[in-house]
Amino acid sequence: MSLSRNDVENIAHLARLSMTEAEATEYATSLSKIFGLVAQLNAVDVSKVEPMAHPLAGQVQRLREDIVTATDEREKYQQNAVKIEAGLYLVPKVIE
Amino acid sequence: MSWETVIGLEIHAQLLTKSKIFSGASTAFGAAPNTQANLVDLGYPGVLPVLNKQAVQMAVKFGLAVDATVAKRSVFARKNYFYPDLPKGYQISQYELPIVEHGKMDIILEDGNIKTIGITRAHLEEDAGKSLHEDFQGHSGIDLNRAGTPLIEIVSEPDMRSAKEAIAYLKKIHTLVRYLEICDGNMQEGSFRCDANVSVRQTGQEKFGTRCEIKNLNSFRFIEKAIHYEVARQIELIESGGKVKQETRLYDPDKGETRALRSKEEANDYRYFPDPDLLPVVISDDFIAGVRKTLPELPDEKAARLVHDYELPAYDAGVLTSSREMADYYEVVTKHLSGDAPRDKVRNAKLAANWVMGDLSGALNRDGIDIANSKVKAAALAGLLARINDETISGKIAKEVFESMWSDGKSADEVIEAKGLKQITDSGAIEKVIDEVMAANPAQLADYRSGKDKLFGFFVGQVMKVSAGKANPAQVNELLKKKLAG
Amino acid sequence: MSELHTYTLTQLAAGLRAKKFSSVELTKHFLTRVEKFNGEINAYITITADVALKQAAAADAQLASGKGGALTGLPLAHKDIFCTDGVLTTCGSKMLSNFVAPYDATVVTRLKEAGIVMLGKTNMDEFAMGSSNETSYFGAVKNPWNLNKVPGGSSGGSAAAVAARIAPAATGTDTGGSIRQPAALTSLTGIKPTYGRVSRYGMIAFASSLDQGGVMCLSAEDAALLLQSMSGFDEKDSTCIDAPVPDYSATLNQPLKGLKIGLLKEFFEQGLSPENAKPVRDALAVYEKLGAQLIEVSLPNLPLSVPTYYVVAPAECSSNLSRFDGVRFGYRCDSPRDLMDLYKRSRGEGFGSEVKRRIMTGTYVLSAGYYDAYYLRAQKIRRLITDDFANAFKQVDVLMGPTSPTPAFDIGAKVDDPVTMYLNDIYTIGANLAGLPAMSIPCGFLDELPVGLQIIGAHFSEAKLLNVAHMYQQATEWHKRIPQRYA
Repeated sequence: MSLSRNDVENIAHLARLSMTEAEATEYATSLSKIFGLVAQLNAVDVSKVEPMAHPLAGQVQRLREDIVTATDEREKYQQNAVKIEAGLYLVPKVIE
Repeated sequence: MSWETVIGLEIHAQLLTKSKIFSGASTAFGAAPNTQANLVDLGYPGVLPVLNKQAVQMAVKFGLAVDATVAKRSVFARKNYFYPDLPKGYQISQYELPIVEHGKMDIILEDGNIKTIGITRAHLEEDAGKSLHEDFQGHSGIDLNRAGTPLIEIVSEPDMRSAKEAIAYLKKIHTLVRYLEICDGNMQEGSFRCDANVSVRQTGQEKFGTRCEIKNLNSFRFIEKAIHYEVARQIELIESGGKVKQETRLYDPDKGETRALRSKEEANDYRYFPDPDLLPVVISDDFIAGVRKTLPELPDEKAARLVHDYELPAYDAGVLTSSREMADYYEVVTKHLSGDAPRDKVRNAKLAANWVMGDLSGALNRDGIDIANSKVKAAALAGLLARINDETISGKIAKEVFESMWSDGKSADEVIEAKGLKQITDSGAIEKVIDEVMAANPAQLADYRSGKDKLFGFFVGQVMKVSAGKANPAQVNELLKKKLAG
Repeated sequence: MSELHTYTLTQLAAGLRAKKFSSVELTKHFLTRVEKFNGEINAYITITADVALKQAAAADAQLASGKGGALTGLPLAHKDIFCTDGVLTTCGSKMLSNFVAPYDATVVTRLKEAGIVMLGKTNMDEFAMGSSNETSYFGAVKNPWNLNKVPGGSSGGSAAAVAARIAPAATGTDTGGSIRQPAALTSLTGIKPTYGRVSRYGMIAFASSLDQGGVMCLSAEDAALLLQSMSGFDEKDSTCIDAPVPDYSATLNQPLKGLKIGLLKEFFEQGLSPENAKPVRDALAVYEKLGAQLIEVSLPNLPLSVPTYYVVAPAECSSNLSRFDGVRFGYRCDSPRDLMDLYKRSRGEGFGSEVKRRIMTGTYVLSAGYYDAYYLRAQKIRRLITDDFANAFKQVDVLMGPTSPTPAFDIGAKVDDPVTMYLNDIYTIGANLAGLPAMSIPCGFLDELPVGLQIIGAHFSEAKLLNVAHMYQQATEWHKRIPQRYA
């Protein structure tokens, strides 16, 4: 399994990561190595195996009562935001 | 060449829970920006979702109401994409294992036939926030109050063949979710939204054409217009040698057209996978039985009952059950009117139906009021209709009384009393009026007597006018005939 | 009083209750040492001296009124992955280098309520992705046993702080070995509980189905003490298990006669040199003397742990880290041209290279056309590995083997080769995939560098693990060694 620099650039776009050409080249090499390691998984017959999403079998989702517990803490939560105005988070104009 | 339209709808209905689907923040509409977005809604590092029981109950309720399979085990998955109104960079939704599958909904076609529309699935998911595009120094503002509001997405089969069918189906779902009290159905506020998948194919062709998804359809009218526009566009495109491209299109209500969305997710790849922060939702038979107990009488059941019990026309029954509030109102009116004899019952039911669908709906529409907040309550309307039945007033006067009741909030009897609208049934008094009218119109009288029968109506009108509409019309007819004959 | 740092947490708790010293004195002692040694070790990212002294004074008041609990007044450091209300919480990343958490993680809340004094926040691999603590934006952490060596990772700061006795204990998190491997490399006792035993609320997520909080300290006894307060149901975490927490300290001294220890055949065969194996084999001999029975067991799918992990963990991480987009919190790039630029540069500049590598790995394995071949397949093999463990626990009470294939390696030795770095976790990852509780305890030295023995138990067998570890520590002295410079 070998990834080209172009593959890496496509993945980086999907993951919204800026990248220099040098980085993309390095990642093409290291990701190819990682997928070389991962290729070991192909040796196993998994046709009859159920996938496992959680480590603890038999646990089921708990349901919360429909009660409002939160209060307005906007001021506190927005202290970590770089750009806000009138209580809104600002981003470069969204064009639809 | 003749074309067939194929339509499938994806309806997003916000569930009427108090708190969000995965957090304890309020879902109330209209709060100041970001004051109802807590750490979970904001996607803060380290926080985790916990599922709202009420949201699950509502989804199950919907499933039962559309005769669907409620999944014993459903799974939440993450739909990954970047967008400013999506705080975590993924939406928690259901993908491979939705909570509701294989439902159906009947619609009545124009020719009166019934068609069953398949409901592929309905799944639970969280709503996104809102991007406000007014200018903030060249920026968009993000309000995440709506983020995390529970939704069910109801996906239909591509079973509809015209915009009319699509609207009929949509209206039935709209009615149903309000009956079930799981969604307020408010399209302006966005609590009931619809995307339409539209394609065309040549009549007789089995394979579906390439479809386009139309978004931003926030009123029934727009949906119909958008579908018409889109169908025409696709046919024209194909007939002129082009090909329909599978894409998402936005309806522009100002221009009345759809246009391709500058795809926010070009080369879209949502990378769905089971959300590791949530466990499988397992629903027991007891849980389903508990929800089943809360099911109200459904619109179709109610309409069938009205037809059966009151011999109402199917059309009337359909209109009267189009909202739970209207049906409730109607039933209160008929209950107050219930005469013992079966004939009275049927007559009263039709009288009530005419009034609820006619004058009452007219007044509500005119003033933009919900029936639940009607200025004339059901018992008061019944009081008015009772006065028609006992001949205290005529149907015509009743309309006048109704308007006064509507504007003053008085009862029918109070209005009749105050305005002296009580019908005149004393034949002596009526005869007196007739004599006056005859005396005042000698020429017409002479013409009538010389064979112009048509003038009878003129005399009725004059008598009613002079009596200010209060004279009993039946008696007026009878006495006039006698007197005019000389 | 100058030797307070040489005591275990258990001993310090006894001293506080006997009023031999106050919490303020104890806290000051550690803060002084932090000031003296942190520069050379780089174990702390944030030192919360003011908070600590306030908490210590409050603890002293409680102790004076006879109200304090088992942990009241004891200092501790938190891995900087746990959110702490009003305190910088960086997760070792430039992305969060200015992030002040607006809330406490459940682990932090519970320890705070138990009277713990927070000394500060410890360094770590960025977003817990690393096995050497070299991926931290705040610089590498040094191993107190040899300052040229790595302390392991990702809880490297916690490990180094406790090993250098500039904290008597610390919290850690373990996604693929991040508590056990650094514990082994710095001669500590570290425990990763069963998945779901400790709430993940407020623990910044790396891989949600693998992450589990735990502790790093000087003895199994100390671990029992801390874990008692940290464990248990939390309604804020859907994956946290609602089951009673047994009294971990009560069963520490149960005799081990008849204990069935499974020796993981694959561990001793895979990547372990005879020299590395020797301290582990010596420890097993001690267990035999304590009455345990050694049984070799085979987990045929275990060798696939590393490739399985490097599909599952990056997949989850790629999604978990999408929330860092420069909008609501965290690093935001300067003057973005447009929305895409805001996203790409905030993330591209805010994340370090290993984090980006894993995000890309995960994005790829989840993407259209690759999901089945990678992610789904890995999920299936995860089940095979889990089943292997379950079968083994039908025969034995606990499993034992090495924690790490080698002792601490040189800083810089493996940074350029991610796959070689990943193989450090070859022995620890299995327990995460299966959600099992696992420990590492000191069992000797190789070339003057510590070696760890790993003990893995069945689900919810923390009490048994702590008992097994404690009995060994009663029979040996390895866990009492202190790096000379910090004695």
